[in-house]
Amino acid sequence: MYVMIREIEGSLLRLKFIRDEGRKIAIKTIKETGKPEVDPTKRVDQFLEYVTIPPQSMDPAGIVWKLEHILDVREDRFKDDVKLMAPAADETNINNLENTLEAAAALNIIYKVIRHFYILGKKTLSLYIIMQIQMILPLIMREAEAYASALKAFSFGQPIGDGAGALVAAKLMHGHRKQKIEKDCVVAKVPLEGRTAYVIKAEGPGGNVGKPGEAIKRVVEKNDGKISAIIMIDAALKLEGEKPGEIAEGVGAAIGGPGTEQYKIEESILKYKIPINAVIIKEDIGDAVSPMRKEIFDATEVAVETVKRVIKERTKEGDTIIIAGIGNSIGVGQ
Amino acid sequence: MSEEIERTARRFSSIVLIVIIVVLVLSLTALYQAYELYLTNDPTVGYYLLIGFVGLALSTYMLFQTRRRIQGFTLKTPPITTTIVCSKCGLKNVRNFERGDYILKELGPCTKCEGTMMISAIYREVKQKGKKEKVFT
Repeated sequence: MYVMIREIEGSLLRLKFIRDEGRKIAIKTIKETGKPEVDPTKRVDQFLEYVTIPPQSMDPAGIVWKLEHILDVREDRFKDDVKLMAPAADETNINNLENTLEAAAALNIIYKVIRHFYILGKKTLSLYIIMQIQMILPLIMREAEAYASALKAFSFGQPIGDGAGALVAAKLMHGHRKQKIEKDCVVAKVPLEGRTAYVIKAEGPGGNVGKPGEAIKRVVEKNDGKISAIIMIDAALKLEGEKPGEIAEGVGAAIGGPGTEQYKIEESILKYKIPINAVIIKEDIGDAVSPMRKEIFDATEVAVETVKRVIKERTKEGDTIIIAGIGNSIGVGQ
Repeated sequence: MSEEIERTARRFSSIVLIVIIVVLVLSLTALYQAYELYLTNDPTVGYYLLIGFVGLALSTYMLFQTRRRIQGFTLKTPPITTTIVCSKCGLKNVRNFERGDYILKELGPCTKCEGTMMISAIYREVKQKGKKEKVFT
């Protein structure tokens, strides 16, 4: 038990160091890009303690919309807070700062939860409390290290591994006229392999994921459901032993997050019986939130070719299709 | 609360350090004792030698482990590369990432032709360290 407590203590010290570094990076970035008149430290500390209460699920009917509303309110509140903290920041920097603060808040929560179990275990001298935290500690530390890398990437506005899908869409829509669609999303009508493709991605280069589900729904409705196929490209977690940047194909809505966007896409495709294809780029949790590694960047080129092949195989010339590049668009233009 | 954890850790570190020093002193004493016994041709010299060397190895190992833990408290920033390419003549320029860079950002006219320079890639290169892992494919 003593050995386990010692191990947790060591990790807790490292977590504290990472948490404090994260807080420092967030404050420094706000001061640099936002030029605040007052010291933002107090507001940052308040932000790190922010809580979001999920909707009640005893009667699950309509919970998707309730959750979406709560998340919308949360995002608006975050953005307003960032604007107050960094009045001189432009839209791109506001999105990046929001992401930086969210990563710092995640580190704060990880530290506090581990500290809670550590103190509880010591107070109760319960082997089981100590043991359960010690057993999952390596995975938690990995996640914390990943968030620490994310913090630096967000504060500098560097593209991250999760943005692989957005980068594929950006490559496909580059040079074509884009227009804003839904919240923080852009769409471009692109002629591709003799088909008309509506390419959708979150608006970059600021850090945001947009609402691709809502955007897809809008395009489907605009075309009266006459969409031959939807192709979604997203980064997905790889299993140990798989190489980062491996491409896999499949069917279904390739999108993560709380599930509200996936729900909307599935509702739309069900209504019009639209086939949906997925192209995923594999990476681990560390790669997903840290600056994009070369293997993943190279994989986006392969993913573009895969998308073109899927279009040729699964649709006919003259068809209208939707291509959605999912992921955080930080550091990725269009 | 965090101060308490820090204090506890510091207390433990000093306890570990005292243990290391005690082990080191005892092993050195054992080695000296072994030398004395060697001069008198005592048959127990082997035991003292063994205790001395094991203690010495153990304390040195523990000391290095403590040092490694202290060194581990840093956040590494990997070098990020930005690749700029001319869309017309293909002139390529690779430099370190600068704040404000993003993929597909146009950077102005090319120095060689009338094309536009554009950021085509931003990535980090991960060097595989250590021996290659045996992966079951």
